[in-house]
Amino acid sequence: MGSRVEILNQGGFRSDGRRQFELRDMTIDLSQQGQADGAAVVTHGLTQVMVSVFGPREAKMRSQTIHDRANINVEVNIAAFSTGERRKRTRGDKRILELAATIKSTFEPVVQTNLYPRSQIDVYVQVLQQDGGLLQACVNATTLALVNAGIPLLDFVCAVTGGVHSTSPLLDLTLLEENDLPNVTVAMMPKTGKVTLVTMETRLHVDRFEEIFRLAGDASKVIHGEMKTAVRSRTSALVAAMGSGPRVGGGDSADKHGDDRMNEY
Amino acid sequence: MITYTSFPLPPDNTYNGSRQHHLDVAEDVMMELGDDQDLSEAGGSKLTYPGEPLTSSQAYMRGHGTYVDNEEVIASVAGTIERVNKLVTVRAIRTRYNPEVGDLVVGRITEVLTTYSFRGSNNLTPRCHVRQVQPRRWKVDANSRQDAVLMLSSVNLPGGVQRRKLESDELQMRTFFEEGDLLVAEVQAFFSDGAMSLHTRSLKYGKLRNGQLVTVPPILVRRLKSHFIALPCGVDLILGLNGYIWVSKHVKESEQEGEEGFDAEAVYSNQNDPIDDSTRVAISRVTNIILVLSSHFVPLTDTLLLEAYEWTVDQEGGAKDLLQEDVGNALVATVTARL
Repeated sequence: MGSRVEILNQGGFRSDGRRQFELRDMTIDLSQQGQADGAAVVTHGLTQVMVSVFGPREAKMRSQTIHDRANINVEVNIAAFSTGERRKRTRGDKRILELAATIKSTFEPVVQTNLYPRSQIDVYVQVLQQDGGLLQACVNATTLALVNAGIPLLDFVCAVTGGVHSTSPLLDLTLLEENDLPNVTVAMMPKTGKVTLVTMETRLHVDRFEEIFRLAGDASKVIHGEMKTAVRSRTSALVAAMGSGPRVGGGDSADKHGDDRMNEY
Repeated sequence: MITYTSFPLPPDNTYNGSRQHHLDVAEDVMMELGDDQDLSEAGGSKLTYPGEPLTSSQAYMRGHGTYVDNEEVIASVAGTIERVNKLVTVRAIRTRYNPEVGDLVVGRITEVLTTYSFRGSNNLTPRCHVRQVQPRRWKVDANSRQDAVLMLSSVNLPGGVQRRKLESDELQMRTFFEEGDLLVAEVQAFFSDGAMSLHTRSLKYGKLRNGQLVTVPPILVRRLKSHFIALPCGVDLILGLNGYIWVSKHVKESEQEGEEGFDAEAVYSNQNDPIDDSTRVAISRVTNIILVLSSHFVPLTDTLLLEAYEWTVDQEGGAKDLLQEDVGNALVATVTARL
């Protein structure tokens, strides 16, 4: 290791004080952002991503419409101040385009696009801070923004990064760890255990892959729990606010439910 | 056994649940049981989210917001579960407008398509195919999943209630509606791909002027007896079911164009009438009330808006004071408590 920071010290702690399988603090904000149909701000430790979803709506370019399903359009913007060294990336940057394409292909099998023929769903990803696990944060934030926009999904998609330090697997890597360790990002649908994304930018020993993959699956269930809690509290807050309004006409069943629910809060 | 722990929560977090997770805590299993029990109760409604199994597909039928996998009805959106006999649906809490025939909507023209507009999408299309027989219509943004269509044949034309469309009408489509114009219309029918067709064949419908547009989530506009509301403060409201709301100066009944004297000049005019200062203040006050109520997710009705307007006048603040957070909170607290 020499003069470098130890990835995993003798006591089994990582450079930021976590243990091997410990995830970073995760915060989720699902509040309304401007005119977006759905939005989410997700932080994993020091990585912060904001996603706004617009749609389904009429495609801006007619060439982008698909006659039997909706087109998902993902645009990623990485803020110049998001990294340690200030760096301006242009929109045409190959890495950014690849990130957008990865997010798009992760969600295409999950979003029920066939319900919205000839429409377009716009996903705008804004990276605010980067400290490792960028793709994981993007995928988790996109899931939550899509749910918040009322777009039908087969299931949540929960992503997590795993790496291996000599023989010990680690979860939810920081930038420091990500630079030094072989790592893999896995996105999973926790209810069925279906995997929608596995991606590696480094080489990982095939013997280690299975263990990390299994761990990532377990960790995605934990993230799923956090995401569910956030969505539930957001939905119940909105339903409670709607129920606080007056009853209209008396014919609408939604009002009745709203009033019933009032007693619970 | 592996355990996951995470750092303590910052105090301002928007939600608080159990942050300590043990993999073998069977939280999910208990959730499913709870849902099934609720579903069997008459009229029971409960929150759900994507991927949550609701019930067996053999006992129940799947409705909107659900799908069937492995003989289970599973929710695909976050919202409230509704059950009518054997039909299970999930109503998303925030979503785009889902049109129904007969709905009143407010929309904005995005495109004018005449027979003579060139719309070949690629250069391979021979020129002779560019001239299409189909168009003669407007595309309207109505906050739905696709732009709505307003046919030339579904608008009132100048000079007579019923008459054939002439080629001259087609040539002057832009004198009726131009890109960016706002209009109020009714949903007439649907196309096979789910796009809606509008019509303005009533004197209540047509081009909008003398006011401004407010956008709210469509779920906040409930079906009312009338969506044309005249507030006593000299402000007219059109509550579009698509969440677009038009707030304008009051037009006296007698000044509205009668069936006999249908005046194309007035109906399709782009010129605002003179609006005095007090009306302008009233319009912006009503607009701000709607913005505040929608940001607190309170459903809008005529009585509620009137109540809110009276409250703001009593407070003696300007129209812009409403946008301050404390004033807005006080407004919402007052009107929701009163009703």
